[in-house]
Amino acid sequence: MQLTLFWIFSSLMIAFGLGVVTLRSPISCAMCLVSSFICLAAVFVTLDAFFIAIVQVLVAAGAVMVLFLFIIMLLNLQAEECRRVKLGVMLGGTVVVLSFVVLLSQALESSPQFSKPIPVLMAPSQDVSMIGMTLFHSFNLPFQIVGVLLLVATVGVVLLSRRTLR
Amino acid sequence: MDVSNFISQFFSPAAWSLIKSLGECFMSPTGFLIWTTLLKSALLLVIILGLVSYTVYAERRVSALIQDRLGPNRVGWQGLLQPVADAAKLLLKENFTPKSANYFYFRLASKLAMVPPVLVLGVLPFGSSLFGVPMTIASVNVGALYVLAISSISVYGIVLAGWSSNSKYPFLGGIRSSSQMISYELSLALSLIPIFMLVGSLNLNQIVQYQIVHGWMIAPFWPQGMSLDTLLHPLALLEAFRAGCSLQRVLIWIPLFISFILFFISMFAETNRLPFDLPEAEQELIGGYHTEYSSMGFALFFLGEYTAMIAGAGVITTLFLGGWSLPLVPDGSHGWFWGLVNIAVFFAKVIVILFVFIWVRWTIPRFRYDQLMKLGWYFFFELAVANIFLAALILTYVKR
Amino acid sequence: MIVNRKKLNWVERLYLPAIIGGLAITWKHFQRSLLGKGVITMQYPEEKWDAHLPEWYRGAPTLVKDEHGREKCVSCQLCEFICPPRAITIEPMEIPEGDPWRKVEKAPRAFDIDMARCIYCGLCEEVCPEQAIFLRKDYSITGLNRNEMIHHKEKLYELGGVMTGLVFKWNEKK
Repeated sequence: MQLTLFWIFSSLMIAFGLGVVTLRSPISCAMCLVSSFICLAAVFVTLDAFFIAIVQVLVAAGAVMVLFLFIIMLLNLQAEECRRVKLGVMLGGTVVVLSFVVLLSQALESSPQFSKPIPVLMAPSQDVSMIGMTLFHSFNLPFQIVGVLLLVATVGVVLLSRRTLR
Repeated sequence: MDVSNFISQFFSPAAWSLIKSLGECFMSPTGFLIWTTLLKSALLLVIILGLVSYTVYAERRVSALIQDRLGPNRVGWQGLLQPVADAAKLLLKENFTPKSANYFYFRLASKLAMVPPVLVLGVLPFGSSLFGVPMTIASVNVGALYVLAISSISVYGIVLAGWSSNSKYPFLGGIRSSSQMISYELSLALSLIPIFMLVGSLNLNQIVQYQIVHGWMIAPFWPQGMSLDTLLHPLALLEAFRAGCSLQRVLIWIPLFISFILFFISMFAETNRLPFDLPEAEQELIGGYHTEYSSMGFALFFLGEYTAMIAGAGVITTLFLGGWSLPLVPDGSHGWFWGLVNIAVFFAKVIVILFVFIWVRWTIPRFRYDQLMKLGWYFFFELAVANIFLAALILTYVKR
Repeated sequence: MIVNRKKLNWVERLYLPAIIGGLAITWKHFQRSLLGKGVITMQYPEEKWDAHLPEWYRGAPTLVKDEHGREKCVSCQLCEFICPPRAITIEPMEIPEGDPWRKVEKAPRAFDIDMARCIYCGLCEEVCPEQAIFLRKDYSITGLNRNEMIHHKEKLYELGGVMTGLVFKWNEKK
């Protein structure tokens, strides 16, 4: 059951991901990306990671992509024109992608880490507290540092985006 | 005489074995879960759709009464069949798509507006249990976050409707709505954190259970362990009061009440209700994002908006007003009657909140857009953050 | 004139007391209306305001006859000319020989007012030199199609009836 759902949602996710790359209208691309995020959240749910799934929807689909859509609509971006595909570029791209896939599969097969099955999560209903313990107990200092870094970045962006620098 | 033997006479052996295996499948844990969930979903959907149509009716009647008018009172006794007439009218109208609109997104948007509010209903505990079946469709361990996540994606329907209509008023409505919803989601989410800290769980069922033991979130100094027996013994009652009224419980009431006010007001903004109905301001945007819609397209927006209102009222009830619980009323494990009473209590609370929604709508005028943004970013956001620290300080340093 | 805004103290700036005050007012109205007091709605088809219509009420335009039973309209077509929405159509005719009112010379053969177009402005009544057209108190003009909304001459006289006491300028002596 979970495996079937996993395959359904992951193939949907890849389909929507392809849509992001191939579709020409910016709004369609953004909506495909949103759908892809939601499918990703569904994949997380099939893996019993409810918290990550919900945060995925809340942050990526609910906040970030809404802002993207907002910007696309405000700038009134038109659909891109189709460019003529050059044969050489196509061939080169295909070779690069194929070699990457081959390398990735070989790395996954050869590494002992991926060959053995991953242990089951302790209890799926505990994932919120588990993440909390990991973030605020085991890795408290790095977490705080990342927080400060984000704050600095935000302040920097606000400062840079001001029209006149005094 | 065995009943199953009696029935089996009417079927051929092969058919009977199929029926028996179907029945076993029906009563196996997974099968039982599936069909009870389907039944619960259908039940909830029927209740909610009925409630939606009568909320529209109530909105019209209450607004009329507030303005010294009568409101719709012709169709049926006191106009009670008005929702049926409205639905028939909307179904029979022409479903028109403007020529310059983007057909795919124009049609998709009205559906997207209806789906998220219905999804929110999936995690709300709308009753204790009935015949041993818990009255929650899905008891998710991150239920409260799920509510926030779903309400955050409900903006897509509105934004897409505004964009795909290819017309200036819907577009302005869509733009306004997206910025308004992003702004008020912050205070909506942050105002809930004191509750999570107090309860220690994101599961809505557990939040309700906590409120049954410790009193509702807006009145946390409830006598602990209060029941009918303690009411009869004054000494035990006094003891229960003493246990309930610790310093921590009295102090924690302050941040919880601030949370309640913040959440309640932000809910108005999230559901696009007056005084925050700028995305669909009739006077300035002639209906905002649903200007170009007619017939069922418009009806879906309308239904979605009122379903969101009901879902929001349900969330407020669950988080702050004790959900389906009422003091001294036992839960569904004491018999199906009490299970039904609990469901009724939940919906009674929802209806009271819906009345407040309507009452506020016909009292307070609309905000100006800059006032709305200022309120959200300069006041609610800061207040919510300060509130979290206040609750954390109380929970850490006041131990009794 | 410049009106200075009142400086609000912090309780007033919180707005919540004002909002609660507003809610109290609307609640008072709600409660009163719920008990049936103070509701000012009139149940239209059953209750009507007809008895209270003022003298100067401008309802549907009608044609009148005088006390001798003569139709007052002489089809001068001034009303047709002045009508802003062009609701009036008149087809004049000569009054035949032998008619006692032969000296009036003209009368309408057809007089149509399209009530779907009429704006009840009363200019026809004002412009009429013969005091033949009057706006009466009929306001509920309905019809199932455009043709039914046109008032023909018979209908106009039926609505108008006889108007007595007006100037009689076609008497024998003149």
